[in-house]
Amino acid sequence: MDAFTTLTGLVAPLDRLNVDTDQIIPKQFLKTIKRTGLREGLFYDWRRLKDGSQDPTFFLNQPRYQQATILLARDNFGCGSSREHAPWALLDQGFRCVLAPSFADIFYNNCFQNGMLPVVLTGAEIQALFEGVAAREGYRLTVDLAAQRVITPEGTAYHFEIDPFRKDCLYRGLDAIGLTLQHAGQIERYEQRRRTQAPWLFQDVTQPRGAL
Amino acid sequence: MAAHTLFDKIWDEHVVRAEPDGTTLLYIDRHLVHEVTSPQAFEGLTAAGRAPRRPGAVLAVPDHNVPTTDRRVAIADPISAKQIHTLEDNCTAFGITLFGMNDIRQGVVHIIGPEQGFTLPGMTIVCGDSHTSTHGAFGALAFGIGTSEVEHVLATQCLVQKRPKTMEVRVEGQLSPRCSAKDVILAIIGKIGTAGGTGYVIEYTGSTIRALSMEGRMTLCNMSIEGGARAGMVAPDETTVAYIKGRPMAPKGALWDQAVTAWQQLTTDPGAQYDAVVELRAETIAPQVTWGTSPGMVTGVDGNVPDPRTMGDEKLRQATERALEYMALVPGMPIRDIKIDKVFIGSCTNSRIEDLRLAASFAKGKKVAGSVHAMVVPGSGLVKQQAEQEGLDRIFKESGFEWREAGCSMCLAMNADVLQPGERCASTSNRNFEGRQGAGGRTHLVSPAMAVAAAIEGHFVDIRHWS
Repeated sequence: MDAFTTLTGLVAPLDRLNVDTDQIIPKQFLKTIKRTGLREGLFYDWRRLKDGSQDPTFFLNQPRYQQATILLARDNFGCGSSREHAPWALLDQGFRCVLAPSFADIFYNNCFQNGMLPVVLTGAEIQALFEGVAAREGYRLTVDLAAQRVITPEGTAYHFEIDPFRKDCLYRGLDAIGLTLQHAGQIERYEQRRRTQAPWLFQDVTQPRGAL
Repeated sequence: MAAHTLFDKIWDEHVVRAEPDGTTLLYIDRHLVHEVTSPQAFEGLTAAGRAPRRPGAVLAVPDHNVPTTDRRVAIADPISAKQIHTLEDNCTAFGITLFGMNDIRQGVVHIIGPEQGFTLPGMTIVCGDSHTSTHGAFGALAFGIGTSEVEHVLATQCLVQKRPKTMEVRVEGQLSPRCSAKDVILAIIGKIGTAGGTGYVIEYTGSTIRALSMEGRMTLCNMSIEGGARAGMVAPDETTVAYIKGRPMAPKGALWDQAVTAWQQLTTDPGAQYDAVVELRAETIAPQVTWGTSPGMVTGVDGNVPDPRTMGDEKLRQATERALEYMALVPGMPIRDIKIDKVFIGSCTNSRIEDLRLAASFAKGKKVAGSVHAMVVPGSGLVKQQAEQEGLDRIFKESGFEWREAGCSMCLAMNADVLQPGERCASTSNRNFEGRQGAGGRTHLVSPAMAVAAAIEGHFVDIRHWS
């Protein structure tokens, strides 16, 4: 996984509540067996007008946001389905960080698995950032994971909270499975104990039906 | 001894290792896999040279992409076919049990787990699918995960988690005639909002919940995620035990007795504290209909489409205006005046035998309106078989409903069952997001009884007073 340390980048605003993962990446793009190439499906329906042409007013179609790496969003971003295709599609577009007042749990978690940082700021801070982006083309922010700060062009710094374990994994780009496998002995001992306490939990579904 | 909630008990039993900051390595008992969220996980295992730790704890089934028409014909969409074949290949390569497309046990992943007795009380259960919350109906801790975590569970049988908060949703009293678990959960989401449960595991309690069948409890827990909660649960009781007994993968003999004894401990102790409590009265719950593009945009069938101009909060007003524009609804119009084009009875929310029996009882002897196209998609091959043995398929067909093969179908329209732009659907599924059932399609979430009545009348009717 790619490490995330400090990111300075252009900000793109998506001013809608409850953006669900069906909007981020509609179902027809979930048939892939790869993690890459999902940019084409990102906000597919919102990017288009009814006649199928590109909607010039949609933020991702505007030239000023083409190189954006930071997405500015509203409450409950990423609600709905667990599809990890949502962060994959955002990454494929170039986003490495999403700022919002709140996120849906599964989406929030999926971001960390992909070297992407979801940042929770207060509603007032997010509102101020929306106003900043609207006021000035080329609005850029610096996101400093180590210091847990978002710094505006004016020099204002917004502090954000993050779970220390998630922070460490993201900052160092650690392989989560590799970390868990370091505790393989402990998993083994847990299984042995549980097998005695609750043996029905260890009935193997590959056994013929009716076995045991 | 301290009083514990049901959630506390299951969580504590599954802690393999806990760090001082609360980061927990949680053991996972059961893992369900489907074709859409697993290929990249298997690819990751292969790339890292890892194998599944306990293939015997995993059950796989194709459901999202499968056609609901004749299965003897090859899948028309080559990309869907490839995803399904990839699942088959991965299951063969990694020694995982698969209920393939032509297996009578195939069906929607959250239908077949309980149906087989794969889902048991007290377990931790995951799946790369947000509606995994369904399995909480058995008093299990069950939640959806992303593909990276699917790979993590395959490789380690564990997940790294932080302990969530707990919320009690207590529903007391008797439901109005013909109101069901679907109306209860939609009313709960209407009350707490689509993010009200974020960060929480919900335990549903109270006399109304106790009176629900297992199938009703599954409907209820299924939509916990629509209220933002990754998991919802109901403490197991005699109803739970009676449902599980004798199922193919349920424990048998002495092991069964031992398991049932353990399950009796799976209740919230008197005096245990939840982090939040929400209360509802069953009598106040009318049959629910969503009018917008988020499950929290819901009201009783006796209500009206809301007027955004009356909303103080600017963001809420904008979201409501946008939803009404998408849904092509006029502020203030009665819900009963909304005319529909399609009806979908199915999905992991409402496609079990009880749902189909109820739907058939309302459809019997009546005809689907000429302007409506209606379909019934059973949750599994076994549900379909059971329904046919009971003659439900004939009732549906005589009424003008299509009778299909099992799968996710028009809940998310990944297969050929899709709404056309502008079409309006009364659906027993769980999400009314923009384009969910097809680009430009308009979804109203309702119970099976409400869906049948809408199919027959061509518009929504108050099922409580429908003859």
